[in-house]
Amino acid sequence: MTAAPGTDDAIARRTDEIISGLIGLEGPLLPIFHALQAEYGHVPAAALPPIADRLNISRAEVHGVMSFYHDFRSHPAAAHVVKLCRAEACQSLGADQIAERAQEKLGTGFHGTSADGKVTLEEVFCLGLCACGPAAMVDGKVVGRVDEARLDQILKEVRA
Amino acid sequence: MKVYVPRDAAARALGADEVAAAVLREAKARGLEVTLVRNGSRGMVWLEPLVEVETGGKRVGFGPVTAADVAGVLDGTSKKVLGPVEELPFFKGQTRLTFARVGLTDPLSLAEYQAHGGLEGLRKALGLTGEAVVKEVTDSGLRGRGGAGFPTGIKWETVRKAPGPQKYIVCNADEGDSGTFADRMLMEGDPFCLIEGMAISGIAVGATKGYIYIRSEYPDAIEVMSAACEIARKEGVLGASVLGSGKAFDMEVRVGAGAYVCGEETSLLNSLEGKRGIVRAKPPLPALQGLFGKPTVVNNVISLASVPVVMAKGAAFYKDFGLGRSRGTIPLQIAGNVKYGGLYETAFGLTLGEIVEKIGGGTHSGRPVKAVQVGGPLGAYLPVAQFDTPFGYEEFDAKGALIGHAGLVVFDDTADMRKMARFAMEFCAIESCGKCTPCRIGAVRGVETIDRIGRGDVAAIPLLTDLCETMKDGSLCALGGFTPFPVMSALRHFPDDFTAKAKEAAE
Repeated sequence: MTAAPGTDDAIARRTDEIISGLIGLEGPLLPIFHALQAEYGHVPAAALPPIADRLNISRAEVHGVMSFYHDFRSHPAAAHVVKLCRAEACQSLGADQIAERAQEKLGTGFHGTSADGKVTLEEVFCLGLCACGPAAMVDGKVVGRVDEARLDQILKEVRA
Repeated sequence: MKVYVPRDAAARALGADEVAAAVLREAKARGLEVTLVRNGSRGMVWLEPLVEVETGGKRVGFGPVTAADVAGVLDGTSKKVLGPVEELPFFKGQTRLTFARVGLTDPLSLAEYQAHGGLEGLRKALGLTGEAVVKEVTDSGLRGRGGAGFPTGIKWETVRKAPGPQKYIVCNADEGDSGTFADRMLMEGDPFCLIEGMAISGIAVGATKGYIYIRSEYPDAIEVMSAACEIARKEGVLGASVLGSGKAFDMEVRVGAGAYVCGEETSLLNSLEGKRGIVRAKPPLPALQGLFGKPTVVNNVISLASVPVVMAKGAAFYKDFGLGRSRGTIPLQIAGNVKYGGLYETAFGLTLGEIVEKIGGGTHSGRPVKAVQVGGPLGAYLPVAQFDTPFGYEEFDAKGALIGHAGLVVFDDTADMRKMARFAMEFCAIESCGKCTPCRIGAVRGVETIDRIGRGDVAAIPLLTDLCETMKDGSLCALGGFTPFPVMSALRHFPDDFTAKAKEAAE
């Protein structure tokens, strides 16, 4: 019997396969979360019980580790994710104004999704692009020297 | 002809991929035989994408290049011509030991790595006892480049002497400090150098397994390091018998998950173990009870990547550079609102003013410099009045500052230092692991107190000072313990930014 994709049963089964591939590592929990997030775009709640079971730790521990890290999402993001750097080097070049403009244009704060459901806006603290800030990461691709025009262009592209 | 287009993240962020595609397109259209090399960055970020064309063994640089410039670059007629990169003043003034190959070679060519002196240090180390290798590193005066400045050799000696069948080498590549990108550039531009450094460390202390913990914000570094590890394993640099010596060392890349505090060595170890990245109390030292409770060397990328040159050229050679107790070279990362931003490797000892004004060329905006934050979000803001401070661990300490990972973030006179102090507290509150009270609650109270000051309540200033003392003395790690550096330095050097509102109200 094959469970329909996306159901809790199917997720638990796929999680089990992912765990089997990684359980030989020392400290496999973060690699498992990364693998789940790569597959589903977030770490589904249905994945947590099998992890607790196979790694022989409590569900509270699994949830505690997952929720400790900013990267791991409990819910899917929009199709496009725009991350804006808010750290000092980017601030020295006007990142605050860029962040404000982005929030205004998308009608959402950080960690939120635009009203049209197309873009999730995130803050990030340093992308290592500190000599060409303000920096951004758009769907995993790095962008430097994000001024107002560049930001508008980025937003236009992801909302198209 | 050979064309070099950097694959460094900063170059890519400025359009290097589009330029690389244009090079291939243009070459094909003209029937030109072109070998495209995606090298590391030469470190002059304001010139990125910096393309180099090699004909007849000579390399000529062009930059900053856009896709539209490519035709002219291939003809040699482009106005973006820079000449030989080594002759550019920013590059010429450097002493490149750790970054000798970054930008010069193909990062994933082990043959080129060896042709430029790679693996010499490891070969030498394999012929020595562990004790002798550690002595060489100790004698070089190399200190931890991650920020703490602890002598690398002494740390290694503790691990070497610790009993136990299983020991680990952990490379801290969780470079979360704003204004720093040396680790990223090294990993993307010369990954074998880090692998070699880790292998030497493993051979020296008797560890057979290493981990590189890279932050998830560095996808390019993760990709290059992972590929390099695979090549090194295939070529026998890593594995059961390192370079055929019969000594084993292997390593793995692990990816962080967006927690700044995991740059602290004990939370990094917890994270590697699959736990929340919560700080551990010390002692026990990680050198004795580190990863999975086993003796562990935890070193920063640059510390480990400086080891091959120390071994290859000898402790005396390395120690000859520097000033006071800061020996060797340091890759300065000049960032923020600066005209010539990038990576500048040089011996310790330049003054802050020389770095910012002479090398960095002042601000990008053209306005006067107001402050420079050195050492990341936990480093102090230094005013222009302290520009005579020589770049060294003790020299900065004496000014109530720290060099940290040697990142310098320049701010012009439009910066509001109360806002920057508030951000330091806000950042600490967001990133606190929550284990100790001064950091977890202190940072939140810090934001509130700075807001009170901002509303004109100058009576809150002594309260902020007191809070900072508590955080400094009572926090378990540098996150809560060092957040007072930016806050108090901003308050001390720029009091007017804090009292502006109160003055306004009084008038």
